[in-house]
Amino acid sequence: MGGRLWALIIKEFLALFRDKKSRMAVILPPLVQLLIFGYAATFDLEHATLAIFNQDQGNFSRELIGRFERSTGFDIVGYLQSESQITPLIDGEGALLVLRVGEQCSQKVALGESCPVQVLIDGRNSNTAMLALNYVRTIITTFNQEKAALKGNGLPAQLNIRAWFNPNLESRWFIVPGIIALLAMIVTLVVTALSVAREREAGTFDQLLVTPLRPWEILIGKAMPGLIVGVGEASLIITVTVFWFKVPLVGSLLVLYPALIIYILSIIGVGLMISSFSTTLQQALLGAFLFIVPAVILSGFSTPIANMPQIMQAMTYLDPMRYFLTIVRRVFLEGAGLHYFIHDLWPMSLIALVTLSMATWLFRHRMY
Amino acid sequence: MRPGRLMRLKGMMRKEWLQVIRDPSSIAIAFFLPILLLVIFGYGVSLDAQDVRIGIVVEQRDQPSLSFVGGFEQTPYFHPSTFLSIQEAETALRAAEIDGIVWVRQTFGSDYLTGQSPPIGLIVNGVDANTARLIQGYVQGIWGSWLEQQAELRGGELTPPVQLEQRIWYNPEVRSTDFLVPGVLAVIMTLIGALLTALVIAREWERGTMEALLVSRISAPEILVGKLIPYFILGMGGLLISLAMASFLFHVPMRGSLWLLLTTSALFLWVALGMGFFISTVFKSQFVAALVAMVSTFLPAFILSGFIFDIRSMPDLVQWLTHLIAARYYVSILQTLFLVGNVWSVILPNSAALVLMGLFFHGIVYRKTHKKLE
Amino acid sequence: MTASSAISSQRTGPKQALTLADVSKTFSVEQQTITALNQVSCTITPQKVTGLIGPDGAGKTTLMRLCSGLLTPESGEICALGIDVVAQPLQVQASVGYMPQRFGLYEDLSVLENLDLYADLQGVALTARAERYDQLLSMAGLEKFRSRLAGRLSGGMKQKLGLVCTLVRPPRLLLLDEPTVGVDPVSRRELWEIVYHLVEAEGMTVLLSTAYLDEAERCAEVILIHQGRILGHKTPQEFSDQVAGRTWMVRADSLGKRSLQKQISHDPEVLDALVMGKAIRVVSHDTSPLQLTQLAQETKVEITAAAPRFEDYFVATLKEEHSNGNGNGEIALAQVGSKQSDDQVITVDNLVRQFGDFYAVNHVSFHVHHGEIFGLLGANGAGKTTTFRMLCGLLPISSGTCTVAGMNLRTAAAAARARIGYMAQKFSLYENLSVMQNLKFFSSAYGLGGARRQRQIDWAIETFDLHDFISAESQSLPLGYKQRLALAVALMHEPEVLFLDEPTSGVDPLARREFWVQINSLADQGVTVLVTTHFMEEAEYCDRLVIMAEGKVLAEGTPESMKESFERDGQEATMEDAFIGLLEANTAKRSDA
Repeated sequence: MGGRLWALIIKEFLALFRDKKSRMAVILPPLVQLLIFGYAATFDLEHATLAIFNQDQGNFSRELIGRFERSTGFDIVGYLQSESQITPLIDGEGALLVLRVGEQCSQKVALGESCPVQVLIDGRNSNTAMLALNYVRTIITTFNQEKAALKGNGLPAQLNIRAWFNPNLESRWFIVPGIIALLAMIVTLVVTALSVAREREAGTFDQLLVTPLRPWEILIGKAMPGLIVGVGEASLIITVTVFWFKVPLVGSLLVLYPALIIYILSIIGVGLMISSFSTTLQQALLGAFLFIVPAVILSGFSTPIANMPQIMQAMTYLDPMRYFLTIVRRVFLEGAGLHYFIHDLWPMSLIALVTLSMATWLFRHRMY
Repeated sequence: MRPGRLMRLKGMMRKEWLQVIRDPSSIAIAFFLPILLLVIFGYGVSLDAQDVRIGIVVEQRDQPSLSFVGGFEQTPYFHPSTFLSIQEAETALRAAEIDGIVWVRQTFGSDYLTGQSPPIGLIVNGVDANTARLIQGYVQGIWGSWLEQQAELRGGELTPPVQLEQRIWYNPEVRSTDFLVPGVLAVIMTLIGALLTALVIAREWERGTMEALLVSRISAPEILVGKLIPYFILGMGGLLISLAMASFLFHVPMRGSLWLLLTTSALFLWVALGMGFFISTVFKSQFVAALVAMVSTFLPAFILSGFIFDIRSMPDLVQWLTHLIAARYYVSILQTLFLVGNVWSVILPNSAALVLMGLFFHGIVYRKTHKKLE
Repeated sequence: MTASSAISSQRTGPKQALTLADVSKTFSVEQQTITALNQVSCTITPQKVTGLIGPDGAGKTTLMRLCSGLLTPESGEICALGIDVVAQPLQVQASVGYMPQRFGLYEDLSVLENLDLYADLQGVALTARAERYDQLLSMAGLEKFRSRLAGRLSGGMKQKLGLVCTLVRPPRLLLLDEPTVGVDPVSRRELWEIVYHLVEAEGMTVLLSTAYLDEAERCAEVILIHQGRILGHKTPQEFSDQVAGRTWMVRADSLGKRSLQKQISHDPEVLDALVMGKAIRVVSHDTSPLQLTQLAQETKVEITAAAPRFEDYFVATLKEEHSNGNGNGEIALAQVGSKQSDDQVITVDNLVRQFGDFYAVNHVSFHVHHGEIFGLLGANGAGKTTTFRMLCGLLPISSGTCTVAGMNLRTAAAAARARIGYMAQKFSLYENLSVMQNLKFFSSAYGLGGARRQRQIDWAIETFDLHDFISAESQSLPLGYKQRLALAVALMHEPEVLFLDEPTSGVDPLARREFWVQINSLADQGVTVLVTTHFMEEAEYCDRLVIMAEGKVLAEGTPESMKESFERDGQEATMEDAFIGLLEANTAKRSDA
């Protein structure tokens, strides 16, 4: 019996990897995606395009503008001469923001009044707009504090900000570990969801069913490539994340891998369920697609779960990726230990258990 | 046009149309998936942090301390909870029960009153860098208005050397829905245009129907046009549904002209169909075509189009790469037409890029589709 | 050819409907160049049916595709209806009708919608359609199914609809690529009637390729093609005349027909021996009278000369180069099944399978004895495959019982399945695995291990002559070898019962002969065989058979007993006559009721 199962597993691997095209299709796209998405998926704003409209001639405004010119966050794209230039520039995406220093700024400051500064931001991408605004605020606040300190009347209190786990707030540190969860899911799901449908279409599934192999043996045979490919792919991506993207791996792999295996098992369960339902490749592919898209969006991969409405937050509890995403990010950056993840691990295990048993049941009842 | 050609085109189109409406998976991609995506993005996805769980540690309950932390109760951004000691709060932060800590030390009140400019501590969990930055911004806002309030109380006015006035154009409330929903349209159109059509020519090859078509009187361009038009209509149908949802359900403003929006959408749909046909023509198997379509059109439309992640923030190499993604031009047009208006300096260059891409894909498909089996 | 027909053909059209001159075509597959057609020249006579006949891989389909302009030849000229195919493929496609092997019916479109599509594509005027549709559909017997989806038609009806779609605008030249593969005899006969009608009534020229050698006799002329070369282009009669005096019928009532065939085929005089009714049809190496000296003296043999057929010529010409290294191709199993011959190995009692309101199998009963070859015949959609799948445990039973070796395979322990071998309708081994990997996997899946596994794999390679293909991907195998591999897999674990679902569909006549020699030798060793087939001459190999229609058993018995009631004028009826007779009687009975 052991020999039978072993032969089945070997066959599944051969079916997946013998053909060069299929080998490439499993290994290459995830790596390319990791590299491109790792660089592309960022919420950090660098080189924001800034145009300056200075209506003042004095030294004070020149000093203020100097701060912006030296900042790495901004690229100055031009100095405007009249108000009428502002609208076409922002409308036409020539600049993300325009800094307008009001008339008689320097004189007003000399008189102890405030210099009016206006920042006009392109709000088409609200997130970018907020980030740019925060940069501007930070520069002006620092500038104000320094000026006030020089005059001896500093602000009555200070705000000291520290960010734990990611001191420079690099969003890549957040996104790239998330890609581990994303790509491991896509690869595992595609491998398992399509395997039975492909055999059904080729007619080999009948040939398999008339052998003395038991349904659960076939199920394990179908699950193993998914498990090994999923874990293997994830390991590869973890390596790239640490050594290429230099995301710190603070926590222990001994925490990450048990969670990874449970996660992959729950995805395999879903994949096998899709497999049992579908009779053609197209259906299987569509089924996988219909699972992947909501699962990714509801997982908190690109936008935080906390920002979703209550109903959708409730729905995220059914999404295995939600749990693993939390774990992988926190293990990487916080180095959190296993005991922090009890509340993520048991629901994920439950999902794995339910999907795998349903897949087994469906498998037995939809064998024909 | 010769009558025979018209009849052939009509026959081809009717056939495609019947196949579409009889295949539940086509309907699912064309109508169910757009609605699902729009609902998820319109309602569910938001980059605007709300109800941030913040831990408040006030070591001495005096007036300055309490007036500062009072600011957290009044904004919808925060959901504060009080901790008795910083150790307790840090434990909660480590356990991910809260996202940040505001720490007002024992000596804050007395130091403040004696003019020593005491610090207020803000610790954020930096794992989600974007949310962390937003929290910082919100706390800075509360801190700023507290300072002004304090200055007024003391009968003066806070006169910082630079008084910043901010104006966020096009989206003054900074609602992320307003920029996500137009972006979803680009994803949906890619889905209908490229993913659905990537399957249709491959399917004809796989089921052996292509050979029968090839030996009939129909010419290769007629086969293409006959397939293009039904899916074009399907795509425009999906677009109208999505537009209606964007306006009436999610109240995204529509500042540009609707006709311009429809025209540019038609242009993008034509490009997406070209990509689908291109994939379908090159890979004659449905399985490979679907995988390639997913990896080369759908995922880039999601990540490289500027729909969620701003292209301006990407490294130069990746920015250059996004110029190969048709969806990026369409996303740019959509966000401008919805939120800004008819800005020709945005619409014309982007449309020109779409025209070029469309000509490229359709040109290759046209050259590759001939009535031969080799 | 009569003088009058020659004159009429000159009057109505170009002298040649289709001419090929020195046409060559090569394909490159994995850096190898394969010559599909080599300097082929021929001329198709107008207003006749010309058959294109040859074994698998002879170049039949390539030739058809070249003629329809789908492929371009490396060299040579093709002229169809006076049009140069190479230079003007579009004009050719506008005037030639071509039905590919897998005709592209849109399965999600109804019969009428498919017709409309092809009428639009072929530019049939709207006003002319109604009449043309009525005419074509009544000719094909599809009037009642106008609004049925093409995917719901039976295999035979699909082929007829494919032909009808090709004919919606009557072409002057019709190219049909294996139109009758996988089609039951009744539909096959109907397809031929359509073709004849077209030739006679509309003066169409037809070029038709086929794997059924009896169909060659129905053609006016036959082109025999082998390895990309034309071996001959004559009337079927002229072909068969070349083996005149070498064909015999042999009867020996004391021996079973299968063992008689086996003994005769070992005789050095004999080139080919085929079971035909109660007798064996023999083709000898030369025209000297058949002696059969090898047969045991006491056997009473009755040898009569028989009229030669096209098939005899075909076999005589091609058999030498085609036979495998194993000589007669018999199979020797290491283990032989149990001895009692009265055992009922397969029992089917009141078996029912419903899909909704539709009874796919409606109270079917039959019993199969140990060591029997039992045939399951029926038109497409008669319920054969459904019965088959229930027996193998692949489909749940709605009601009734069926047992194999005393067990229901759907509920019995998995180990019970080790006692059966299964060969599916289409090649269903792992196409992207090599021959060896397939053998290894299935031997392990059937629980073979260690030395026994190795021995059985060696045995399979030896017996089925798979040496040259051990590491080849099984999808790249020639069809005949795929079928050998499938049989090897089904036999490696030495099953007691062998299930064969249309095992020879689409396989050429020589490979089919070899296959049946193998099956016969298995039955002789006590393996019970259940087989479905569309080739009526193969039904002759069965000890007993049932004929099914609409989910019910119409008749059960030996091939001889079935044919008896259809004898006419003392002439022995063929299996096909019996089959069609039974089915027509059933249809008549039902329409009376």
